[in-house]
Amino acid sequence: MEDIQVRNEQDQDEFELSQVILSPTQLVLKRFFRNKLAAVGLITILVMIIFCFIGPFFSPYSEYEIFYINKETGEEIYMTDARISEKGVKINIKAPISTAHLLGTDADGRDVLTRLMYGGRVSLTVGLVVVLVELLIGVTLGGIAGYYGKAVDMIIMRLVEIFYSIPFIPLMLIISAVMVGYGISPKYKIYIIMFVMGVLFWAGVARMVRGQILSLREMEFMQATEATGIRTSRKIFKHLVPNVMPIIIIIATMDLGGIILMESTMSYLGVGIAFPYASWGNMVTAVNNSIILKNFPNIWLPPGVCILLTVLAFNFIGDGLRDAYDPKMKR
Amino acid sequence: MRQYIVRRILISILVLFGVSFLLYIIIRLMPGDYVANITAGNMNVTAEMEQRMREVYGLDKGLLEGYISWLGDAVRLDFGISFIYQKPVTEVIQRYLPITFALAAIAMVFEMLLAIPLGILAARKQYSKMDYSIVAIALMGISLPSFFFAAILKRVFAIGLGVLPLSGMVNARAGFEGFARIMDIGHHLVLPVTVFVITGVGGLLRYTRTNMLEVLNADYVRTARAKGLPERKVIGKHAFRNTLIPIVTLVGGMIPGLFSGAVITEGIFALEGLGQIAINAVNNGDIPYLMGFNMFLAVLTLLGTLVSDILYAVVDPRVRYS
Repeated sequence: MEDIQVRNEQDQDEFELSQVILSPTQLVLKRFFRNKLAAVGLITILVMIIFCFIGPFFSPYSEYEIFYINKETGEEIYMTDARISEKGVKINIKAPISTAHLLGTDADGRDVLTRLMYGGRVSLTVGLVVVLVELLIGVTLGGIAGYYGKAVDMIIMRLVEIFYSIPFIPLMLIISAVMVGYGISPKYKIYIIMFVMGVLFWAGVARMVRGQILSLREMEFMQATEATGIRTSRKIFKHLVPNVMPIIIIIATMDLGGIILMESTMSYLGVGIAFPYASWGNMVTAVNNSIILKNFPNIWLPPGVCILLTVLAFNFIGDGLRDAYDPKMKR
Repeated sequence: MRQYIVRRILISILVLFGVSFLLYIIIRLMPGDYVANITAGNMNVTAEMEQRMREVYGLDKGLLEGYISWLGDAVRLDFGISFIYQKPVTEVIQRYLPITFALAAIAMVFEMLLAIPLGILAARKQYSKMDYSIVAIALMGISLPSFFFAAILKRVFAIGLGVLPLSGMVNARAGFEGFARIMDIGHHLVLPVTVFVITGVGGLLRYTRTNMLEVLNADYVRTARAKGLPERKVIGKHAFRNTLIPIVTLVGGMIPGLFSGAVITEGIFALEGLGQIAINAVNNGDIPYLMGFNMFLAVLTLLGTLVSDILYAVVDPRVRYS
């Protein structure tokens, strides 16, 4: 009799030990990786980051290096070589794909593959910085509006509407015209553009965060925090922020893609990252030359494909995260 | 309802003040000698036009004072004289608006014709191969840079196959009249509209799919199925009508996006619309035009939101604003 009881207890213990208990984060990750598209997106982004940030160390060329060629002997000469002033030596523009230049050279005689890496650095960095700026402003203002409500909410939401009604690209056109007036160098222009984009895009984040906080505020656990009388800062950072985190992460991934797309469009229009800096967007600008458009797809196709892949990957990840965080999505 | 509309309009006006003030501040950030500098190379810009711009934008006054004087002119639709066209900005906008508007309207109709049926199809067959491919294609459209897509289309259809014109609005050499002219314009618009539709359809499609999924799980759809209605009727009469409500609100917000998207597409295909002029304006420092264009778009955006909010109440009898 006692024997059976002991065995039963043992069985019970074993059963409990063999149960895998997943934390909410693990659950989300498990659901995320079950989504094939999302996993592919994550791998694509990792590959892109390695390509753009580690790739240049393996490239024999630098970003602005211009190649020359001796038309008679067909020998390639570096920019630093003294022979470039010799007779018959020209800039090696629009060179075809070869082992020395895996994607050829562009209209200025620079290696396309190397510029692709540096361009990617700029595009990815711009995306990251802009998202950080917009989150900083958006989460703070959206949180304040949602938490305090009333007049504060009213003012912040009107501000959100104002920023919402300004068409982004046309506004960038004006800002660019003003920057031209000051003759700002391309080096500083990058920083200004990142800042301006962050400041313009916060409204969407604020709106989402506010909505989330408004509904959270009515929940029982928030009433409990009220009843236990804990500090406001603790209420916000310990109880509200963790609950808003999923939506912030989803917005951030989706926006990363959107901002990279926007930056490339601006660079294409000539109001974004400017020469001599490479960005994927301004590399595609080469298509404005109809000869390049027709005969040299090796110059404009790769950067375009890179933009497409990166933005698509961020969208896949964002979609996957949204499904993974949504407890209603049971499959 | 009337009270709601009035309140919405009042708020819109308030927001419009905010937008215009923001834009005005940006203009005022210009360096003092900007007008002289930027117009130095442009023979067409006379001293009078410069003076007129200084006056309209109150550049010689303080910030607040200048804004008020600019606002006074703006209310009377006076945004100064465009440096490129030598005409009042409003006249320029009026002249080139129809092209941009036609392009946007055609694109929007096609977008809806594509997005709504495909979105419903994807939702009906959730998690099937069909669903995955539709969603993947929609996402690809969203992620595709429009200028890059346009370049590929031009390379393939205009240069490679030579079946469609490369750019422009009409075949200037042919000099078509009447119906042939309309056909010619249509021929020229195929590529721009394709760019618009493919890059813009994704958002609406995914939105339709999500809403349809929600509706399909609703009790009244189960009831409809339980009483043995044919699937066609369940989808068409019971489910679809209810997805229409959120879609209507989205469509109202799409219009301004189409207009600002025109900046890129018109530029690439050399269509003489508001967008292309805006790009020329940047290169020529035509601040009066840019300011007018931005204000026009801001008004359009606010109108779009207003109309979609009101439509929301019209299509959904449950919505009552107090």
